[in-house]
Amino acid sequence: MKIFVAGLNHNTADVEVREKVAFNESRLDEGLRKFRELAEIEEAMILSTCNRVELYAHVNDTQKASESVKDFLSEFHHINRALLDKAIYTHDGVDAIRHIFRVASSLDSMVVGEPQILGQLKEAFEKALEKKTTGILLNRLMKKAISVAKRVRSETKIAENAVSISFAAVELAKKIFADLSGRVFMLLGAGEMAELAARHLMSNGVKEVIVANRSFERACDLSKEFNGRPVKLEEFLREMAHADIVICSTGAPNYILMKDQMQKVMKERKQKPVFLIDISVPRNIDPQINDLDNVYLYNIDDLQGIVDANMFERKKEAEKAEKIIEEEIEPFLKWLSSLDSVPTIVALREKAEEIKKEEFEKLMNKFPEMEDKQKNAIECMASAITNKLIHPPTKALKEDPEDKDLLIAIIKKLYGINGEEKKDK
Amino acid sequence: MGAVLFELALIFYFAATIVSIIDLFKEKKIISYLMFSLAGLGFVLHTANIVQRYVVAGHIPITNFHESTSFFSWSIVLIFFVLQFRYKVSILCSFVMPIVFVLMLSSSMLPQEIKPLSPVLQSYWLTIHTIVAFLGNAAFALAFGVGIMYLVQEHYVKSKHLGGIFGRLPSLQTLDALNYKLITLGFPLLTFAIISGSLWAESAWGSYWRWDPREVWSLTTWFIYAIILHARLIAGWRGKRAAILSIVGFIIIIIAFFGINLLRKGIHQGSFTALL
Repeated sequence: MKIFVAGLNHNTADVEVREKVAFNESRLDEGLRKFRELAEIEEAMILSTCNRVELYAHVNDTQKASESVKDFLSEFHHINRALLDKAIYTHDGVDAIRHIFRVASSLDSMVVGEPQILGQLKEAFEKALEKKTTGILLNRLMKKAISVAKRVRSETKIAENAVSISFAAVELAKKIFADLSGRVFMLLGAGEMAELAARHLMSNGVKEVIVANRSFERACDLSKEFNGRPVKLEEFLREMAHADIVICSTGAPNYILMKDQMQKVMKERKQKPVFLIDISVPRNIDPQINDLDNVYLYNIDDLQGIVDANMFERKKEAEKAEKIIEEEIEPFLKWLSSLDSVPTIVALREKAEEIKKEEFEKLMNKFPEMEDKQKNAIECMASAITNKLIHPPTKALKEDPEDKDLLIAIIKKLYGINGEEKKDK
Repeated sequence: MGAVLFELALIFYFAATIVSIIDLFKEKKIISYLMFSLAGLGFVLHTANIVQRYVVAGHIPITNFHESTSFFSWSIVLIFFVLQFRYKVSILCSFVMPIVFVLMLSSSMLPQEIKPLSPVLQSYWLTIHTIVAFLGNAAFALAFGVGIMYLVQEHYVKSKHLGGIFGRLPSLQTLDALNYKLITLGFPLLTFAIISGSLWAESAWGSYWRWDPREVWSLTTWFIYAIILHARLIAGWRGKRAAILSIVGFIIIIIAFFGINLLRKGIHQGSFTALL
């Protein structure tokens, strides 16, 4: 009885392989059913995202399961088996549990701490529940994985701080201006990156958008999209006095905004703070402008620097998360091993029942003239004796002692229970 | 009993200061809760101490150096809690509690005995003038704390190294607005204190203004904060400059407060006349 994981992710497989192995919406049901029907698989679940495909199972023999899962994937997706062997990793037992907890907590993600994976895992689990391919083991494991992920999120800062440039810009804007809802936002030039940052800012609800671009037509188009006001690029300086946040990404080969110009703008704005984001390369805003009071100028490298620092922060937080996961594995293993004792208890009970029956029948053969009332009394007494005899070992097993494996072995030996236990399926 | 209450308040403020500094670097609900509980308990004990002295002396206890320093820090904590209630800038605690603690510590080292008040000073002006004056100065003390927070945060944003307590500090604009609010609160209080003080002087000594060092000090601080407000409204001196000016303003208040009281201590019995 073991938890088993087979999968591939962004580290082990290129996108060409991942997209082949991915279970698309349309084939997921079929895949899940076929996977569950494999001989070695007791419970099954499939997690398929753009960065990873993972098959979770409850198996009895990991070696056999591993082979048959690989065969299954190769057959189902029509992929060369050798190609799969290179990309697929497998885990079982504690390693599998740890792996699933890490995936749920976004420690195994491409961008560590990204929040989507937990939702994807929940969806995959719901799908499995719907198709009834999981059982007691995986259900419990998934619920635990989800609660571990939540604990990691609330106890560490793994999902805090922006790890993309446009998010970093929005975070910074929020540390300069209390809230962005009353702000005027200006787009100088209309590169792709600027548009992305603009979209993030817009979703934080700025008051007004001004779009200045070399091609006025393009400015008009973008204005429509952002519900803004287009201006000619030559006129941007006049509009600067209104703008609280400026994203600049014109294709100009030189500075289009100089320090003395900005000084005038600041005077006009009565020194109200302004956040300039120059993501153009070559830079379009004179870097000396950052020396002016109440002007905060960030270029692409500055923002990247923040992203890198945040990434580093996340890695530190990830270490804390790993500790939490180790803490959570322990009780789960305990629960898992408590399941191990169930077959022994059942076998013990059966053994006792068997002896009782045997002895009772022997007695009956000797005294066939016995009345029903007496028979019942004797049977009752026999039951009481066997029950009382097997009660202490049963209780000891249920109490989940630390040396349970040893205890199970001893009980088996003492009561002559052989190794072939019945597994509950 | 009054002394015990004072000592206890001092201890609680000290503990709150330590916890508030930990809070700055470790964001945890329990730490923040502990910080407010300690500061709050300190404040309750401190209030009890002031009430007790009021009952014993029969007038507001701001008549010697120990009492005025103590009342000064009490006013700061009071305004801090009002601000916390309205604006929820809890991190301000880490910048205010150290000031409160230092003031309380200096107060604890000064003679604490309650002496009878000269009849010439016994007037309802005593209560009004001193309370308003200290609340005004307390507002400036908080503006000082906020100003420091602004400079720290400004440094992070300008230097583009967003480590340390960057994440814990509020936005620049929040801090600037808070600084402005505190000064617009402190300034009319200070103005009223100067006017009520001169009215009181007239009724006590028969002249409105005597160029007493304390009066000169009040007028100097009044001018500093008038300049801060004026510069903001006319020339747009906001942000960093406003923060620096409010820090300078409070340093002058503190130097004058201790300077005058300590210098005059030998000349006058107690130091109350210096306070006027």
